[in-house]
Amino acid sequence: MEISGKSTPLRTARQAGLVACQHCYLVHETGAVRCQRCGGKLASRMPGSLQRVWAWLFAGLIVYVPANVYPMLITDTLGQHEENTIVGGAVELFNHGSYGIAAVVFVASVMIPISKFLAIGYLALGVRSTVAMHPHRRHQLYEIVEFIGRWSMIDVFVVAILAALVQLGNVAIVHPGIAAVSFALSVAFTMLSAQSLDPRLIWDADEEIR
Amino acid sequence: MTIARESSAAVQRRYIACPHCDTLHVEALIPEDYTATCRHCGHVLAAPRRNSYARVLSLAVTALILMLGALFFPFISLEAAGLSNRTSVVDAMLAFSDGLMLPLSIAVALLIALIPAARLCAIAYTLVPLVFGGRPYRHAETAFRMAERLRPWSMAEIFIVGVAVALVKVSGLASVSFGPAFWAFAALVIVTVLQDNAMCRYTIWKSLENQRR
Repeated sequence: MEISGKSTPLRTARQAGLVACQHCYLVHETGAVRCQRCGGKLASRMPGSLQRVWAWLFAGLIVYVPANVYPMLITDTLGQHEENTIVGGAVELFNHGSYGIAAVVFVASVMIPISKFLAIGYLALGVRSTVAMHPHRRHQLYEIVEFIGRWSMIDVFVVAILAALVQLGNVAIVHPGIAAVSFALSVAFTMLSAQSLDPRLIWDADEEIR
Repeated sequence: MTIARESSAAVQRRYIACPHCDTLHVEALIPEDYTATCRHCGHVLAAPRRNSYARVLSLAVTALILMLGALFFPFISLEAAGLSNRTSVVDAMLAFSDGLMLPLSIAVALLIALIPAARLCAIAYTLVPLVFGGRPYRHAETAFRMAERLRPWSMAEIFIVGVAVALVKVSGLASVSFGPAFWAFAALVIVTVLQDNAMCRYTIWKSLENQRR
């Protein structure tokens, strides 16, 4: 954006006593409430960002427990009654020989949620105390978390499609299990947690070094 | 209080700041087909493309039409042992509709159909005046801000991958055939991805501001 060259020192809007709009990037003087260009609310840093991150994160963790304990999918095939949890479903796919799909399910519904919890916790901790990772790396981590978190919802959709599709009388019937609800909530809560994290906080500790 | 717009607009240097790291940059005119990134964190600030408004608008209208087809035409049908079942996307939304799971049905409907549709309408509403000239419609800024806020919650593409996973799960059990809605939904996903990639929100904000004057 700066045409005049890279020699000018980098400054943040806050150091210059200004507030930037998160939607359209326009900078205003401190005290402005709404953006002149897009009408969005202005805040130098999102108020209560960290509190909201932790609150949503713990809510997500709590509902993640029943999501794994209770059945996600209830199948009745020719008199056989079967209840599958999230992990159980992936293991069953693996035993059937569909390794690729088993991997997709396992990554989307086990690995991604757990690494998301850890990543958001780490990023939130890094705002207040010194952590090993450089801000540039932490910023990349933040972008990955933002991008990938939604994909965990795939398991809920799979259950919805199966329950709608497999309704074949006595031959096969699929019912959604209660874990689908808590898993969907867990994904939504962690998405809200990631969205509550103001990325500018990641860089703030770095300000003195520049 | 605020940066005065009336004070000698010609010489006034306006600043923008990176939304990710708050680094200040002088607001400059970005030529078409160039990409401006933040000097500190590398976040893409602006990437204006030639004819992008017309392209995004036509893709959004296409996606809306495909969405109608995807919702109401038969999606997939399943056959096993002489029994068959045909499902539309609406049925998939209603899969959780009994008792306790009803809120989940509403959430699924929102995520795979209503939110994507609302986003497309809001984007079209914002872009029509920018493509055909004239002042932006009332509350265009609010509509566009809403579209941006809803972006992570628009999950049509995740749904289509979910369909693929579900089909592998039932493929051993029964034979599956696709209806027109499946292809409409698959096309919808591709069109939405193309549209999101062609859209530069910073450029849209600037155009809205310029057309308002």
